[in-house]
Formats: sequence, C-alpha cells, structure tokens
Amino acid sequence: MSSSDMSRDMSTTGMGAGSDVSGEPRSNWPLFEVFLRSKRGLNHVHVGSLHAADATMALHHARDLYTRRNEGVSIWVVKAADITASSPDEKDPFFAPSGDKVYRHPTFYEIPQSVPHI
Amino acid sequence: MTGPGAESGPGPQVGPWPETGARPLQEGIGPVQPGLGALTSGTGVAADAGGLEQHFEETIARDRRIEPRDWMPDAYRKTMIRQIAQHAHSEIIGMQPEGNWVTRAPSLRRKAILLAKVQDEAGHGLYLYSAVETLGADRADLTDRLITGRQKYSSIFNYPTLTFADVGVIGWLVDGAAICNQVPLCRSSYGPYARAMIRICKEESFHQRQGYELLMTMMRGTSAQREMVQDATNRWWWPSLMMFGPPDGQSPNTEQSMRWRIKRHTNDDLRQRFVDMTVPQAEALGVTLPDPELRWNAERDHYDFGEIDWSEFKRVIGGNGPCNAQRIAARRAAHEGGAWVREAAAAHAAKVAARAEAAA
Ligand SMILES: [Fe+2]
Ligand SMILES: [Fe+2]
Repeated sequence: MSSSDMSRDMSTTGMGAGSDVSGEPRSNWPLFEVFLRSKRGLNHVHVGSLHAADATMALHHARDLYTRRNEGVSIWVVKAADITASSPDEKDPFFAPSGDKVYRHPTFYEIPQSVPHI
Repeated sequence: MTGPGAESGPGPQVGPWPETGARPLQEGIGPVQPGLGALTSGTGVAADAGGLEQHFEETIARDRRIEPRDWMPDAYRKTMIRQIAQHAHSEIIGMQPEGNWVTRAPSLRRKAILLAKVQDEAGHGLYLYSAVETLGADRADLTDRLITGRQKYSSIFNYPTLTFADVGVIGWLVDGAAICNQVPLCRSSYGPYARAMIRICKEESFHQRQGYELLMTMMRGTSAQREMVQDATNRWWWPSLMMFGPPDGQSPNTEQSMRWRIKRHTNDDLRQRFVDMTVPQAEALGVTLPDPELRWNAERDHYDFGEIDWSEFKRVIGGNGPCNAQRIAARRAAHEGGAWVREAAAAHAAKVAARAEAAA
C-alpha cells in the first residue's frame, strides 16, 4: 500500500463482517480468553480476550490489560481455539506493579465540593 | 429531557461502580467461536429466518443483551462492527496527543499520571478490539483498515497539543465528553460492547479528574499559566462539542441504532447534557468558554449555545485536519516497526512448543 493512502479522503467506513482484505498478512498470535479471580473466595470470571504468542505472554498481557487496579488475584488464560486452561503463579509480586499507583484512582484528586458532576 | 445530574445523567453514575467481582462482566465463553458459532450451533436447527429475527427483536424489546453466538441481522452485525472498531481506533489514536507530553511533563508526579492515563487508553482500545472480534472481525484486519484510512476514528484526535495545559483540557473536556457518550453505552444491546464500556467508564473518572486538577493547579499559578489554560480551553471547546457527531437531522443511522438499543440518546441530547455539565465546571475553574451565545435558558432548563462549524467537522473527519496524516503515520510506523517483534515472539513460541513436544 502506498503512503498516499494515509490521508486520503474517505466518505464512508462501511464494512461487512465477512469482508476481507486479500493478501494482507494476518496476526499469527493466537487469541486467548482471559479469566480473573477478583479476590480470594470468588470464582474466575471471564473478562475478555487478547492475542499473545504463547500462554506465558498472554498471562503478562492479561495482567497489564485487565488488572491495572488490583482487579484480580489470579488469572487463567485459555487458548480460544482449544480451551486449555493454564494456571498462573498466584504470587503477589506478579500484581505488585499496580499496587503503588494510587493516582490511577479518581479519589486521589481533590476537587472542591462546589464543582459538580466530576 | 432531564437536566444535568438527574437520575440518568452521566455524572453521578461514573464514580461509584461496584468492585469488579460484584458485576457479572461476562458470563460465558461466547466469544470462542465468533461468527461461525452464531450461525451453526447457537440457534437451533428447526428455526427459520423469520423465527430467528423475531427472537432477536424480542430479546431487544425485553432489554436483554445480544450475545456473540446469538443470531443477529447482518445489518446489526455490520453496524456493531463499524461502531466498536471506530471506537477502538479512537482509543488507540487517542494516545498520541497526550503521549506527546510524556517526556516533557513538568514533574515526576505528572509524568507518572500521564503515563498511567495513556496506558489506560491503550487498554480501552484493546478491550474494544476484543469485543469486536466476538462478531467475527479480525484484529489484524482492523489495524490494516485504520492505517490505510478505510476506517475512521474520532475527529478530536486530529488536533495538536501545543502546551502542557492541553493535557489538562483533554482530560477535562475530551474525556468529559467521552464519559457523556460512554455511560449510556454501558447499557448497549450488544453484551460484549456493554461490558467493555463498563470497564472503560470505571477508568474514565480518573482521566477527567486528573485533568481538572491539573488545570486547577495551573490556575493557581502565574498569569502566564492561566493564559495557557484559557488558550487551551479556547482551542478544544468546539472540537469537543463535535465529538458527539452530526446534528440529529443529519444523522440518518440514529433512528435504527436507537431502535436496536445500540444507542440510547441522540447526538444532540448528549451534546446538550455535556454543555450543561461543563459550564459550571468552567466557572469554578475560572475560564471562559469561547462562545458569546452561551447562556442559561430558564424556559428550556438548559444552556443555549452557538452554532457549531460543521464544515470544520467534515474537513477534519474527511482527513484534512491539522494532524490526520501525522496520527496515521505514527500508528503505521509503530505497527510496521513492531513487526519483527511479533514475528520473533511467534518463532520463539513455536520453538518452545516443538521442544516440549519432542520431550514428551
Ligand atoms: Fe478511553
Ligand atoms: Fe480516557
């Protein structure tokens, strides 16, 4: 494809679900489904999916994508194609990177009572 | 329509979401066989097309969610794919204007906040790509459509971030408008989209508040800093109003989308709601919104505001905004520059798998 495609004027964006771009390379990273245990005592719950080269990478990506605010204490990733579960190390340090980032939460910011809807 | 802060208003609903575990984010493993599953296994053998359509319509009428393996009309699937893909692209491209200031943030605190915010936007894009794949779309194909200009993203991200005040104004106005748009989408009829929106809305409140707090800090600073905030507000106000899309009279798909409960409010309704919410915030901040016609209308119980320059909107969405080419070029460069990493990781995974197989 040429670089002139970049800024060309497109009037519509219609596309069909089955429509296809011939000859374009497809991602060869398989799709994984992600399951989170949000806290001890609860079941793993499906939260979404992601692509990764393998299960280990899928776990790390799932940690970064689905547990940035301590939403999980344990993750399962299952290759969507064959539904095989792999269990992560349930050690706390795996989730440590999000532990000290309190500024990711809205309550970290002081806004006067007089400011509405924020 | 009700005023700001009413029961259905965006403000009060954003903050107090329950913990993730208390909310059934996704109940099944529906997405495992997108598309195909919907047509072959999810529907029952004897049902004819009319029966399927009736079941679909009844599900919508009862305000239940449509799930990936359900039968759905082709037009519904296409509309959902287009809307979710454009939304995903917007989150991904939306990292660039603010990412522009990560290395130049004025303190470590602001840098860490900005990094976290930009990382969240990447996450939002990925939640949404995940949702759109449940409809049979292919992620690599969607990226290709974005970098070849065949699918759009929100026009707002084609404007430049000229000063650090822009980072604050984006959080306040752009994320504020996004919240207005997104809160009703948490009840969108397509389950995976609605669930992605719930996750996203939980994170947007941080985005808006960090921006507003940044601006409050600058407004307490020097007069030069206050001028920066006013200047950034002047530049972002009108493009923010355009984020809600064309006026209702020129939005032909709105009616069908409302009937399918993909959308819950019209573009003009949401725009009015945003104006009503934002005016008192501007007053509290001490900035002027750049619209001489902006005034409270007691009869309507809303703020009146001036005419939007729709020719600018058309020009920017058509590819001719200040930064369109730059945004796409950066996305393309990241995609192409990352190709060797994706290939190497795939080769490594194949080698490890082969070794494990040989050892077994
Ligand atoms: Fe976002
Ligand atoms: Fe955001």
